[in-house]
Amino acid sequence: MAQLALRNLVKRYGSTEVLHGINLEVADGEFVVFVGPSGCGKSTTLRMIAGLEEVSDGVIEIGGREVNHLEPKERDIAMVFQNYAIYPHMSVRKNIAFGLRSSKMSKPDKARRIEEVAGILSMTELLERKPSQLSGGQRQRVAIGRAMVRDPSVFLFDEPLSNLDAQLRTQMRLEIKKLHQRVGNTIVFVTHDQVEAMTMADRIVIMKDGRIQQVGTPDEVYHRPQNTFVARFIGAPSMNMLDAEMSDGRVIMPQGQAIQLGGLTTAQPGRITLGVRPDDLVPVESDMLIQGKVTVREPLGSETLIYVDTPGGEIVVKADGRKPPAVGEVVRLGADPANLHVFDRETGMVLR
Amino acid sequence: MTAAPDLPDQARPTSDALFRASPSRRPRNMGQTIRWLLLFAGGIAMVMPIAYMISTSLKWPHEVYNVNLIPEEPMIENYTYVLEDGRFYLWFWNSLFIATITTVANLFFDSLVGYTLCKFRFPGRKLVFIAILSTLMIPTEMLVIPWYLMSQSFGWLDSYWGIMFPGLMTAFGTFLMKQFFESVPDDFIEAARIDGLNELQIWWTVAMPLVKPALAALAIFVFLGNWTAFLWPLIVTNSTDMYTLPVGLSSFGDEADVAWELIMTGAAISTIPTLIVFLIFQRFIIRGVVMAGLKG
Repeated sequence: MAQLALRNLVKRYGSTEVLHGINLEVADGEFVVFVGPSGCGKSTTLRMIAGLEEVSDGVIEIGGREVNHLEPKERDIAMVFQNYAIYPHMSVRKNIAFGLRSSKMSKPDKARRIEEVAGILSMTELLERKPSQLSGGQRQRVAIGRAMVRDPSVFLFDEPLSNLDAQLRTQMRLEIKKLHQRVGNTIVFVTHDQVEAMTMADRIVIMKDGRIQQVGTPDEVYHRPQNTFVARFIGAPSMNMLDAEMSDGRVIMPQGQAIQLGGLTTAQPGRITLGVRPDDLVPVESDMLIQGKVTVREPLGSETLIYVDTPGGEIVVKADGRKPPAVGEVVRLGADPANLHVFDRETGMVLR
Repeated sequence: MTAAPDLPDQARPTSDALFRASPSRRPRNMGQTIRWLLLFAGGIAMVMPIAYMISTSLKWPHEVYNVNLIPEEPMIENYTYVLEDGRFYLWFWNSLFIATITTVANLFFDSLVGYTLCKFRFPGRKLVFIAILSTLMIPTEMLVIPWYLMSQSFGWLDSYWGIMFPGLMTAFGTFLMKQFFESVPDDFIEAARIDGLNELQIWWTVAMPLVKPALAALAIFVFLGNWTAFLWPLIVTNSTDMYTLPVGLSSFGDEADVAWELIMTGAAISTIPTLIVFLIFQRFIIRGVVMAGLKG
């Protein structure tokens, strides 16, 4: 049985519909990440699950029971907010204890539970401090502690790492992942950062304009994107998109090269978009896919990103960091046909 | 202090060089001097009435209209006279009781209404807020007649309730609190909602501690306003037993003359509670400002 189920979830503000029928099932103990650009509806979906936004249409089930009309406190959820929402006038201990206010636990049990959570999050020595005496990462841990202490059915995280610097974000990402492996609760995590989504999720839900674009494991959404939006959104740098033509079951590139690809769902002639990831493009002597002139180099140490001006537009390639092509040099690039993605240029949907 | 570096002679700045560097500092010093003079003048303007109040309270009646600040023959009999007059303590208590109850009521009602108008979405919310704000434009002098008629109808004339009821909640306080609640992030409220608190608990446990500086400021305004209130208490009270301190003090003297030395003595004593209130709540205001400057 799904721990969390969303069935045809719709949200309207007045006459404006912002979520257009979201369907999703999250298994017990699963770590699901909602990812998408600003305004895609991911936070709205999370807030509806939490009970902070009313459901315009559809059903939300938590632990097999419909919760549409239940108050947030009755839903057996806990939420961690983007700006932590830890109360500045309370100590860490009181902040964590706050989550247990409505619990029927005895006082000694509550105290034991707080110590246990503080121990898991390595915060025992910080319990008497005020939030203003904590670093950003420590504050985030307090916020997680306050959510954890109640042992809810579902944890909801609303962009909890956005306010942290890059190094701390990486560290907290790892800590949250370890925490999930340790406690095993169901987690729904919202982020706009695809790296966070890829590194933490069991399954990723990619959203755009109030609709789910694709649901899948990080591997699936990276290697088998269902449309051009997912293909571009997942992966950094983004997948290169080249306009091409389909003719006689072959892909004709802008410079006239023809590539035979198997497994196409349609053999209809027409305009297509060919997607290829920057790390799948390699310099070749024969079987060239495309060629162009290097315009910019971005050294990253182990690799260098090179921007290549081609007749199909500018593309980016991950080159070996030790001997990247020089600016102005003409490069001939090829790719394993197995790593090429073909999309319908009109609908953006995958054809292969 | 660090020792002066051992520089070769040619590297040492000459007095000429130091002088040349000063023109850019001179206008700054000039500005500084003007600022100090203005502050000094402001300080004098603030302190002089208080100094005259204390000076007059130490003067004999025949010396009251003499403008000298130092009394020729200082005396404390005015204080013993005022403090031995049983009515003074009664008026002092009346003022203290009324100002305290009104302050507590304002802190409660203004913050509750301010919070509701700030954090809840309901039809007519803006209209209610504008209606409350618009009452700020009506002067007290226009309101005293309806208040009096109301007090008469309810039988509240010459009673504590009659003195207090118009000020138990104020539009200014509601406005002030609403504006301060705007600075409380909605995430705090929502986190508390998820943690199982009802709306009244959220207001009291989460929102109120976060607006302590505003509460302190409101407490000072309301307490001082009620402590010094004169017009309405004068109109609504009849018996000297119900007088507040300002009304009672004004009654010192007789039909022929006003006993300024006694009025100033009473006024000097009556500043003590306001000073205490200010000193207590000022700390909260300063702490609030310091906390607001911290990240997160």
